[in-house]
Amino acid sequence: MERYYQPEIECASREQIRAWQNERLVPTVKRVYENVPYYRHLMEEKGVTPDDIRSIDDLHKLPFLTKEDLRQAYPYGLLAVPLRDCVRIQSTSGTTGRRVVAFYTQHDIDLWDECCARSIVAAGGTNEDVVHVCYGYGLFTGGPGLNGGSHKVGSLTLPMSSGNTDRQIQFMCDLGSTILCCTPSYAAYLAESIIERGLRDQIKLKAGIFGAEAWSEEMRQDIQNKLGIKAYDIYGLTEISGPGVSFECSDQHGMHINEDHFIPEIIDPNTGEVLPEGSVGELVFTCITKDAFPLLRYRTRDICVLHYAQCPCGRTHVRMSKPMGRSDDMLIVKGVNVFPSQIETVLLNKGYPANYQIVVSRENNSDKLEVQVEMTPEMFSDNLAKVSAREKELVDALKAMLGIYAIVKLVAPKSISRSEGKAVRVIDKRNLY
Amino acid sequence: MINVTYTEKGVLAMTINQISVFLENKPGQLAEFTRLLEKNQIDMRALSIAETQDFGILRLIVDDPYKTVNVVKEAGFICAITPVLAVEMSDKPGSLVKMLTALGESGINVEYTYAFITRKKDVAYMAFRVNDPEKAIKVLIQNKVRPVAQDDLSALFGDK
Repeated sequence: MERYYQPEIECASREQIRAWQNERLVPTVKRVYENVPYYRHLMEEKGVTPDDIRSIDDLHKLPFLTKEDLRQAYPYGLLAVPLRDCVRIQSTSGTTGRRVVAFYTQHDIDLWDECCARSIVAAGGTNEDVVHVCYGYGLFTGGPGLNGGSHKVGSLTLPMSSGNTDRQIQFMCDLGSTILCCTPSYAAYLAESIIERGLRDQIKLKAGIFGAEAWSEEMRQDIQNKLGIKAYDIYGLTEISGPGVSFECSDQHGMHINEDHFIPEIIDPNTGEVLPEGSVGELVFTCITKDAFPLLRYRTRDICVLHYAQCPCGRTHVRMSKPMGRSDDMLIVKGVNVFPSQIETVLLNKGYPANYQIVVSRENNSDKLEVQVEMTPEMFSDNLAKVSAREKELVDALKAMLGIYAIVKLVAPKSISRSEGKAVRVIDKRNLY
Repeated sequence: MINVTYTEKGVLAMTINQISVFLENKPGQLAEFTRLLEKNQIDMRALSIAETQDFGILRLIVDDPYKTVNVVKEAGFICAITPVLAVEMSDKPGSLVKMLTALGESGINVEYTYAFITRKKDVAYMAFRVNDPEKAIKVLIQNKVRPVAQDDLSALFGDK
């Protein structure tokens, strides 16, 4: 039997959902126009006023926001309430030193938590469950989001955060964790570790909520078989709120977007035109219930498709496919956003040429990031220890910038292949999309 | 018995110019490099390699270091020229012990070393990279060991 956290919302009629969207969009646009000079300026440039937005049919008239706008407006430029009304920030891993910071009022956090609660209940969670959260806590939204959702459901919440696999497994056994929340690659790693230690029959897991990075259907099957659980996908982004923008139900065919909070559109990433239903294109979100950081027409850069067909689970909210790719060059490695420009910055700061190549692969269901750097006369020494120390220094600088470990491989000068004089920067061998 | 005077070039007159070259650790790299030496008629006196998982440092002693550096750089390799100490010793067990003991007792650290031979009979040679070459030379001389100079090499290899 499918269970819902807020059945009256999650299973509302399409007419009702549309009515909510209309009645929330109009005042949100008005409020943003009045309180966010940055966006008002964008609207003025497009010759749009709040009076032009009377229903969601007028949504396409509004200007887009992009990650670049968030960087331009950093940190307070897109804030729609006085700072004193905010109670929290979260942040993305950022690029070239400029992070994206999102602000939350208590109301915003409550709504975010409810979105995550919907996901936990869809995965079978109740107040009888022990929810084991090993997404990172801190600036990353993964930990706080699922933590808040678990509280709303009334489950016993284990705020494990990431890392320390031995401790994760021990708590899992000792406290009988039933729902695991983490990145799919960490879930796969945990599954391996549990089997290696011969503890498979000691764990009580029944479900997992895995997100923050791309994963394949094969990987889902692998995790499900190894842990004997049902694995649910969850999607979100800090700019919009965090995990729980959309989530999977028992049907496991796409993620229901919480349309009472976020209006999705699919656009042509090149022209910005809204595409007809069923088209593959870039996902755009408009926040209609947020106080502090109500982004309008935010371009996610995720390429996917929306399904409006009735879902067997009973939910009426539209389903989005897993993202099939990125409309720009951002990589998601180990759940963390990695931009080639970040790596370039580190190399230039350390005195290396900007001739580099990023190779992302997946070994034993875990992402591996390798940065190939061309050797220079300045870096070279007859002393192996010195060269290794410089290599290590680069590894540390990359770790500081990216937040994840990257293998540095020193290669011969001019050995990195160039096509039409331009280096091929990224080789993704993971075949995720 | 060995009478050494410091030249105006200082200790460098008692060292050998070693050439070190960066090589990626993949098939064919060393072959490609040696082909370059062959093409330019460069004669190797000694060769050693230090390697990590993904790259190696090739260390060479050659007949003409300056020509070699030019040729190697021009071919796009990364290289460096480093003075190293080279010492002649009798080719029998225990020869190294006395010298290494003396260096060690004087607080000199040997970063790396490798052996080579020349046309001269019954002797072997060791090349040393140390943290303090000047002090090392003094210690060697005190122990009646004269480091081989770059100019000595031609004679030892019977070059014209």
